[in-house]
Amino acid sequence: MENQKMEISFNLNGKSVQVDTDPSYRLTKVLRDVLKLKGTKVGCDAGDCGACSVLMNGEVVCACMVPAGRLNGAEIVTVEGLSEEEAMGKLQASFLHHGAAQCGICTPGMLTSATALLMKTPNPSRDEVKDALGGVLCRCTGYQKIVDAVVNANSLDVNATPNEPKEDKAVGARLKRIDGDPKVLGTDVFGDDGAPEEALRVVAIRSPYHRASFEFGDLDAYQKANPEIELILSAKDIPGRNLFGVIEPMADQPVFAETEARFKGEAVAAVVAPDAFFDRFKVSDFPISWTELKASLIPEEALAEGAALLHEDRAGNTMVRGIVQRGPLADEFASADVVVEGEFRTGFVEHGYIEPEAGFAVRVGDRIEVSACTQAPYMDRDSLAIIMDLAPEDVRIIPTSVGGGFGSKLDLSVQPFIALAAWMLKKPVRMTYSRPESMMSTTKRHPSHIKAKIAAKKDGTLTAMDFDGVFNTGAYASWGPTVANRVPVHASGPYFYPAYRAKSHSVHTNCAPSGAFRGFGVPQSSIAQEGLFDELANKLGMDRLDFRLKNALENGMPTVTGQVFETGVGFKDCLESLKPKWDVALKEADAFNAANASGSKRRGVGVAGMWYGCGNTSLPNPSTMKVGIKADGRCILFQGAVDIGQGSNTVMTQICADAAGLEFADFEIITGDTDLTADAGKTSASRQTFISGKASYLAGLELRNVILRQVNASENATIKLSATDKTLIVTDAGGEHVIDLSSLPQDKDGFVLFGEGTYDPPTSPLDENGQGIPYAMFGYGAHMMELEVDIKLGTVKLLRLVAAHDVGQAINPMLVEGQVEGGSAQGIGLALLEEFIPGRNENLHDYLIPTVGDMPSVETILVEAKDPHGPYGAKGIGEQVLIPTAPAILNAIHHATGARIYQVPATPDRVLDAIQGTKGTN
Amino acid sequence: MTYVLPKTLAEALEISAGQEMTVLAGGTDVFPAATSLGMPDNIMDISAINDLRGISDTDDHYRFGALTTWSDIANADLPAQFDCLKQAALEVGSIQIQNAGTIAGNLCNASPAADGVPPLLALNAQVELSSQDGVRVLPIQEFVLGNRRTALQPGELVSAVLVPKDLSAAHSHFIKLGSRKYLVISITMVAVIVEVDDQSKITQARISVGACSEVAMRIYALEQALIGCAASEVATLVKADYFSCLSPISDVRAKAEYRRNAAVELVTRALAKCAETL
Repeated sequence: MENQKMEISFNLNGKSVQVDTDPSYRLTKVLRDVLKLKGTKVGCDAGDCGACSVLMNGEVVCACMVPAGRLNGAEIVTVEGLSEEEAMGKLQASFLHHGAAQCGICTPGMLTSATALLMKTPNPSRDEVKDALGGVLCRCTGYQKIVDAVVNANSLDVNATPNEPKEDKAVGARLKRIDGDPKVLGTDVFGDDGAPEEALRVVAIRSPYHRASFEFGDLDAYQKANPEIELILSAKDIPGRNLFGVIEPMADQPVFAETEARFKGEAVAAVVAPDAFFDRFKVSDFPISWTELKASLIPEEALAEGAALLHEDRAGNTMVRGIVQRGPLADEFASADVVVEGEFRTGFVEHGYIEPEAGFAVRVGDRIEVSACTQAPYMDRDSLAIIMDLAPEDVRIIPTSVGGGFGSKLDLSVQPFIALAAWMLKKPVRMTYSRPESMMSTTKRHPSHIKAKIAAKKDGTLTAMDFDGVFNTGAYASWGPTVANRVPVHASGPYFYPAYRAKSHSVHTNCAPSGAFRGFGVPQSSIAQEGLFDELANKLGMDRLDFRLKNALENGMPTVTGQVFETGVGFKDCLESLKPKWDVALKEADAFNAANASGSKRRGVGVAGMWYGCGNTSLPNPSTMKVGIKADGRCILFQGAVDIGQGSNTVMTQICADAAGLEFADFEIITGDTDLTADAGKTSASRQTFISGKASYLAGLELRNVILRQVNASENATIKLSATDKTLIVTDAGGEHVIDLSSLPQDKDGFVLFGEGTYDPPTSPLDENGQGIPYAMFGYGAHMMELEVDIKLGTVKLLRLVAAHDVGQAINPMLVEGQVEGGSAQGIGLALLEEFIPGRNENLHDYLIPTVGDMPSVETILVEAKDPHGPYGAKGIGEQVLIPTAPAILNAIHHATGARIYQVPATPDRVLDAIQGTKGTN
Repeated sequence: MTYVLPKTLAEALEISAGQEMTVLAGGTDVFPAATSLGMPDNIMDISAINDLRGISDTDDHYRFGALTTWSDIANADLPAQFDCLKQAALEVGSIQIQNAGTIAGNLCNASPAADGVPPLLALNAQVELSSQDGVRVLPIQEFVLGNRRTALQPGELVSAVLVPKDLSAAHSHFIKLGSRKYLVISITMVAVIVEVDDQSKITQARISVGACSEVAMRIYALEQALIGCAASEVATLVKADYFSCLSPISDVRAKAEYRRNAAVELVTRALAKCAETL
């Protein structure tokens, strides 16, 4: 059917514009697709995320809910319009100065919403800012730096407090993001922002049932009846292997299901047509008949006798088991004075990045180029090569900016669909997941069912722990094996035990695949272990923080895998840094509760520790970085460690600059293009600062040595790059040496000086008891949460989080704080709000992630126990920060009320049930 | 696909008389539904009917034009019995939603968790329905019939919400309980209006509870029990027995029994708040 068109003229960012368009189009579509202004982002198309916020006649609205037809005469201001007035430019500068933009996908919505406030209230309070930003979700920052940026927008003299290198060193300085400007100007190119204008669109046909067989109807007749359709894709069109997986030996996920869909949302076919075709496209018209089959949605069902196997070669629906054991378990339990045990449950957790999966593909001769949001360009390349039956070199992955990942964008999403369609049609093809599609089809955090038992002596010394965790790994392997291996290694927490046994069991079900999500199963196990620690301390009458201090791992003590670190174990320092605040907080909570005994509010304080191994578990894990100086004086870092918001673009450059002895400002970066950058591995496992950072350090060092050798300068010489003069000036005790860059021989790309570094951390395989060297380093930390529980409603109000983390060396303290604040926000979601239920809450109004109003104040304490392997001693931080938040919250709820929560999220009804002494489960 | 943008109510009613149209006002329900289902085929965008927006004051009632937004209500200068409605307005979604969503849209969408309904119910609001045949006025209870069900007939549009001037010296309060601070669908919410005489004795009490039944409910038994009581003691008179008219469900947000208990607690607190302002 022809779309109705309407001529519409309105004022956009101070200029009048005319469009002739479908009046029922959303304003987002008019801005992005008709006017090609991509700064306004689409996160949900339902008013749930606020990413598309624009000003309409001076008031902030969601552009996804404004029809084009009502725009006549309206004044619209988008992020692109904010830089024209000086006052608004200040807000953007303040965002950069405070580190308020991480991935940047929510930034345009935050900026427009804040602008609406600042126009009326130039110097707002924090509460006024929160009310103004409550409608915009951010999954990266934890909001604190955003609120800082808005509160200070008109009072901050950005020039008076420049982010300059600290004592001439980039490492350790609060430098602004190297890639920050486009994020606040609305010019950053995310997955849905870069497709060529003529690109066709792919829309997947997905299973409406958890498990179903299907048969296609007459696809040819359907295509004839809809001549705009250029291609219908299904399993038979896959030139190579219709299977992919992030762990190649476990590859088990089809691009298109062949006869049976194993989870709700699995793709079975895809329609490729011009964008306008989909305005009136109804999935229900697609010729396919479904037969719903009995599904297993929880491990208990999948493990039951007679349950259908999801994969024929995986007996009993068991995907994998893991174990770590050490010491005489029975003896140590027998000799203990106190034993506690408990059974804990967690649900699926959705990553909830504000950018749904998106990208486009272009066939260039007999190569395919894929630009999409991803955390793992080289893994994408290799998987696509197998699917497409191409050589890996014939697949080029050019990552777009990534609007949040947190683990889920390690797996393929849109890539095979767009690559296949572009390849077959020889036309550019784009795809963007809708929010429900993203939520139903991409990976989740593993639900867990954990039974654990821990024992101690009267004096508080731990003797033994026995842990058994069953994990719902969903329909396909994804990162399930990693979770199964990581959990037994980490379930102890960073404490010493004479005896320990931890078993994990990953079970397939008819749910979306469980995969990687910040922490790989450790946040789940930590809830059990840290919760039982409080039970032990309470039984022993010990202070809960002292109990942890007494048992904390230190240098020279064996971990549960028998690994001994001689240096760099900074866990005790983290706990000790909390101690003075802990003592005060306990007193304040007691005083509050005594003064308000007749009221309904009770205050509590909780603490939890954590550790997390950086990098792959006992597997090779190399990164390579390259850096070069061109004859024209440009210094370029080829930086393949994908920045998903955490800041690797900035961190890699800081490290390389110091290693080379150049200035941070000298550097340009080229990021994550598999034709240009070397493999820096995937952005996961808190490995980039450590492993890619070390490679960046080695590359910088080699460049430095190459430069020094040019003039035979001594090791402690200083180097100054002058891009205008195209020279390097090297100064040592022997005087000043000038290197004329244009006089040096150039390689084919114009480089005259080059450095390359590769690093692979030393690990060793684990034996049959899980003993060995799983990681070259661990990061450590501890959180203290103060909160208030309404004992009549079961609601929890978080007051203050103090987060101490041993990061070895903070390369950029501002970015580290951003990780702490954002990671703990996700921990808060896990503890209090979030549980994805397949088929029930595939949107952001039924699935709730924290808003700006749900965060406590967050105080970060950086502990720096330098690691001998990390660059400048640095350790990873990304996943560490989420792990202790949930147990600290649950322990504080217990402290406040005496109620132990055994199942998260601790929703008001569960908390109230626990308070009233009934079982806190559904 | 048709999209029409009438400029007057008469024009809109003429269009509605001829064809079934999906009415688009604030867009905060129509567009989210379209995310999965696609846009409806026939859309009548009534946002250009300027006469339908705004709050006016006549001899015997306040008139809220159908297109009056939640932000309009939050910013309006209204007497104290409207505090509950203004508080509800500030709890509807987010500022973005409050700037777009309309009072009539909230009623026509007929969600059991509509934040606007409990305060309007407590205010004895009436719904003005216009069609080419004329105008009829229904009490809100006779308009919102169930989950996504209203008394709206083909050819009819809600043109206004009317609130009678039947209170003096009234105090009111609204409490919404949700799992998070902003952008949240209510687990339970309550609106309370208390009218007192010059001895601070209750002369009228109106109590309504939302998200605890298919449609928001007035708790008439409790309202009756409060008449003649001292305002300072109202909060102590709330008993769970009065709430037997509620029939909450269990869903992803909370269990049924939790909702029922929370309603009692929230009404107690809202009444205490009213008493504080006396």
